[in-house]
Amino acid sequence: MRALSSLWRLTVGKKIIMAATGAGLCAFVLGHMAGNLKIFLGREVFNHYAEWLRHIGEPLLPPTAGLCVARLGIIACAALHITMAVQLYLLSDAARPTRYNKVDNSLVLSRTSLMMRLGGVTLGAFILFHLAHLTWGWICPGEYVAGDPYNNVIAGFQHSWLAAFYLLAMVPLCLHLYHGIWSAFQTLGLNSPRYNALRRPLALAFSLLVFVGNASIPLAVQAGVLHL
Amino acid sequence: MELNAHVPSGPIESKWQRHQFDMKLVNPANKRKYNVIVVGSGLAGGAAAASLGEMGYRVDCFCFQDSPRRAHSIAAQGGINAAKNYQNDGDSVHRLFYDTVKGGDFRAREANVYRLAELSANIIDQCVAQGVPFAREYGGTLDNRSFGGAQVSRTFYARGQTGQQLLLGAYQALSKQIAAGTVQMHARTEMLDLIVIDGAARGIVTRDLVTGETKSWLADAVLLCTGGYSNVFYLSTNAIGCNATAIWRAYRRGAGFANPCYTQIHPTCIPQSGDYQSKLTLMSESLRNDGRIWVPKQAGETRTADKVPEGERDYYLERLYPSFGNLCPRDIASRRAKEQCDAGRGVGPGGGGVYLDFAEAIGRLGRRTVEQRYGNLFEMYERITGEDPYTVPMRIYPAPHYTMGGLWVDYNLMSTIPGLHVLGEANFSDHGANRLGASALMQGLADGYFVAPATLGHYLASTKLAKVDLDHPEVKRTEEEVANRTRRLLDNPGKRSAMSFHRELGALLWEKCGMARNREGLTEALRLIPQLREEFWNDVTVPGTGESLNQSLERAGRVGDFFELAELLCRDALEREESCGGHFREEYQTEDGEAQRRDDLFAHAAVWEYAGEDKAPIRNTEQLDFEYVKPAQRSYK
Amino acid sequence: MKLTLHVWRQSGPTAPGRFETYVAPDVNEHMSFLEMLDVVNERLTAEGKEPFAFEHDCREGICGSCGMVINGRPHGKTGLTATCQLHMRHFSDGEELWIEPYRAKAFPVIRDLIVDRSAFDRIIQAGGYISARTGSAPEANAILVPKPAADWAMDAAQCIGCGACVAACPNASAMLFLSAKVSHLGLLPQGQPERYERVQRMLEQHDAEGFGNCTNHGACEAVCPKGISLDFIAKLNRDMLASALRAPVAQE
Repeated sequence: MRALSSLWRLTVGKKIIMAATGAGLCAFVLGHMAGNLKIFLGREVFNHYAEWLRHIGEPLLPPTAGLCVARLGIIACAALHITMAVQLYLLSDAARPTRYNKVDNSLVLSRTSLMMRLGGVTLGAFILFHLAHLTWGWICPGEYVAGDPYNNVIAGFQHSWLAAFYLLAMVPLCLHLYHGIWSAFQTLGLNSPRYNALRRPLALAFSLLVFVGNASIPLAVQAGVLHL
Repeated sequence: MELNAHVPSGPIESKWQRHQFDMKLVNPANKRKYNVIVVGSGLAGGAAAASLGEMGYRVDCFCFQDSPRRAHSIAAQGGINAAKNYQNDGDSVHRLFYDTVKGGDFRAREANVYRLAELSANIIDQCVAQGVPFAREYGGTLDNRSFGGAQVSRTFYARGQTGQQLLLGAYQALSKQIAAGTVQMHARTEMLDLIVIDGAARGIVTRDLVTGETKSWLADAVLLCTGGYSNVFYLSTNAIGCNATAIWRAYRRGAGFANPCYTQIHPTCIPQSGDYQSKLTLMSESLRNDGRIWVPKQAGETRTADKVPEGERDYYLERLYPSFGNLCPRDIASRRAKEQCDAGRGVGPGGGGVYLDFAEAIGRLGRRTVEQRYGNLFEMYERITGEDPYTVPMRIYPAPHYTMGGLWVDYNLMSTIPGLHVLGEANFSDHGANRLGASALMQGLADGYFVAPATLGHYLASTKLAKVDLDHPEVKRTEEEVANRTRRLLDNPGKRSAMSFHRELGALLWEKCGMARNREGLTEALRLIPQLREEFWNDVTVPGTGESLNQSLERAGRVGDFFELAELLCRDALEREESCGGHFREEYQTEDGEAQRRDDLFAHAAVWEYAGEDKAPIRNTEQLDFEYVKPAQRSYK
Repeated sequence: MKLTLHVWRQSGPTAPGRFETYVAPDVNEHMSFLEMLDVVNERLTAEGKEPFAFEHDCREGICGSCGMVINGRPHGKTGLTATCQLHMRHFSDGEELWIEPYRAKAFPVIRDLIVDRSAFDRIIQAGGYISARTGSAPEANAILVPKPAADWAMDAAQCIGCGACVAACPNASAMLFLSAKVSHLGLLPQGQPERYERVQRMLEQHDAEGFGNCTNHGACEAVCPKGISLDFIAKLNRDMLASALRAPVAQE
């Protein structure tokens, strides 16, 4: 038990939890994007997909139970990810009580690594906004139609400020993904001289894919390709 | 002074084995009742402290550095010898023994050397088991190389950092014992004196280098593993902190000091670049395998190396020693370099260097091969000098590197003070008048892992020691003397730093008692050194206080002892009227300038006995008998 | 050349520190950095002032004693070089240098530029060894080690324990140091029996000493005088994961 609990107690363990939950969240981001791209197939397909999500696992599970489990999983991942991040931040902050008087900027080898904490906070705020917009319907209350996500997405993105905001939010998301994925390889010890050269490009490809995929929806709405 | 080497009788091959059986043992349950002090945490000290702790003794280990891992053993580059005969090239315990006695110019004790050769194989086993990452062949077996002109490949190595890896092995073993509580480690703590009670070594007085606290420690035996005294020359390849205070204080308390004049000057070091220079950097001797050493024929040559045509270069080692050439032994290569520079043919700033040229090797082997063999050394050279040795010949000059002399010990590594054992470079060692390459690491580890743990038990089991406590008058007296000395340094109303005195002493000693010595120079040195010492005690200034970390105070104390040691070194060199190994007396050389031993008069170890302040020390001798290796003139022509 | 030095002076761990400014008027380009400091200190001594303390010993880049932060960078700007082998030819006339001690909670300042790195020793004591009782070792060639493994282990074993990795890390983490030892021993067959327990114990000690955690910045690798690779940290992480999930660990 002591060995297993070291994942919680030791800083490397905490990092491993962060990396593992991060990987789970990456899978979600990818699945979420793939599902959302169905919007290009029309109202019926998209709304049907959204409805289908409520019935995952049926008839083995009661209705919406599958979705609840998935949601709980995602929330647990996010909660652990954030808890570990906060704990590690506090530990690291305490590890250098006195700062250097002179800083050598050339020592910061990766700009994106610096953005992880700030980017993470921004991202958290965006996700809450996103939920408020499309799950709870608080942002554009007049236009929100429960059970018609096709309408809700397109009506929302027809406001150019909202489309622009979503586009902008993809930047911290993808930077976070880019460094996070590479970092997770490192933290989970997925490291071998044979494949190391592939890790950065893979992280880049993944984050670009997410960027392009997600950005395509507000852009398409603004361009008039998608409309009500 | 009685000098009984306690060499066991019988044939040399079985002496150690039989001695191990004959020695008394300490009952395992009783071991924890004994307290042992180990001073120094290098190969000898680290290995001894770890082994003794593991055996069950209560060990206190001291080092002046911030961690036992920093001991200067860490800087040894080349490798460690062992008679494993993995290469099937005819090596054996007997051959390693023979080579070591001969290489030492027949001034070592045969029985000790044989034991060293015998234990060499166990050392490699031990170190491999600890995880020392020695170089390997593709089949997974250990790799060897030939080193320092040896005719067999018996040197084990870990890149150019063998000393580092062996030391870390010992340090890790020590760390395990520290965690287990058998060894108490006292880092940043310097030994300043030895406590002798009823004729036996019973403890030490230390200064805590952070708080300045002076403290006494008592024990049943004391092991000094404090390294050599090359820093008496100021500029040497030793670390800045290396010092002779521990052995010198022990000498003043009655331990015999053997052969102080045996100092080894390493031929391939980077020359001095200015007066500010604080140390000299050694480059592995392996460079001489492919590099050619030369100087311009014309004294006072001003052209750069590439402008000196082939015909105007003197490859003096190849000329003088056609069969060994650039690979002749260390002492010869060093002395010949000095000769050239003294004659005004030296190169580089101040004419203090000779060329070590790889142009021919690069032409013959290609730059790639040279890079593979010496790449890291070339990088180091360039880092220090700013010159690229692929295009400009390296400049090298000899530098003090190792001291074969040290406290006299018997076969059990015990000095003339009962209970005071001396290990590694600090003792007068198994190397005679000259040490072979890759043998220092071997000796330190043999002493630390295998010899001392066995012989110490014998001493403890066969000696009845009275109980003493910190209130003992002798403890108080020793503490008082240490405190007085420290106070004297701190309160001195002088003007000059200890470092400036050290620099002056070093230059004088290097000039008069360096690579070549003569009666006139030594007599002169014996006149000048006491004068300078007098000046030191009158004019040294030590800023700061004694109650905190004070590097100036540390330095001053060490320099004070170097002054006394330097005098003994010159005295020993003067009285040894022969040339042997690292000791070259210009009066005693053959017609073609080779060292001339005088076996009839000097086949002995000279053991100096302290006679008191301002009294001439007494020279005792231990006769050396050569039963198995017959003394002969070394020839490398 | 002439340099202006701002050197951190601090009389003890809890005392407040401050920069003091000294001028080094006659710096020779062949001097090492520490020799340049020697000259400044010699002058202070001659003026009856107390020289500043800095740690140094072998002055050939192997003992790991020296280490200070020069203009925000441990061991100065050249890379793959310990402070003692940094030479003044890399500086130019009129340059201003800020010289500070390593700053980390686990490395309290002892005096001026000297810090207490005994936390490193305690990490090794926690498990950075292979247990091999003196005299009990099997014949050396009975243990075969593939050459690539031996070479790789040696890459890690080169660490000199100077602490520059901690000093450079934005989180003051000692992961590069720790991973070098864990990898050195874990790559060799001799190190297998204690492999996973070692990781757990050393990490436990690392955290207890107050070092921060690794966020994969790579600043440690950039300043390491021996060029120890970040890959060893990944190896360490993998061993940690294995030790937590499946490997037998005897400390329950």
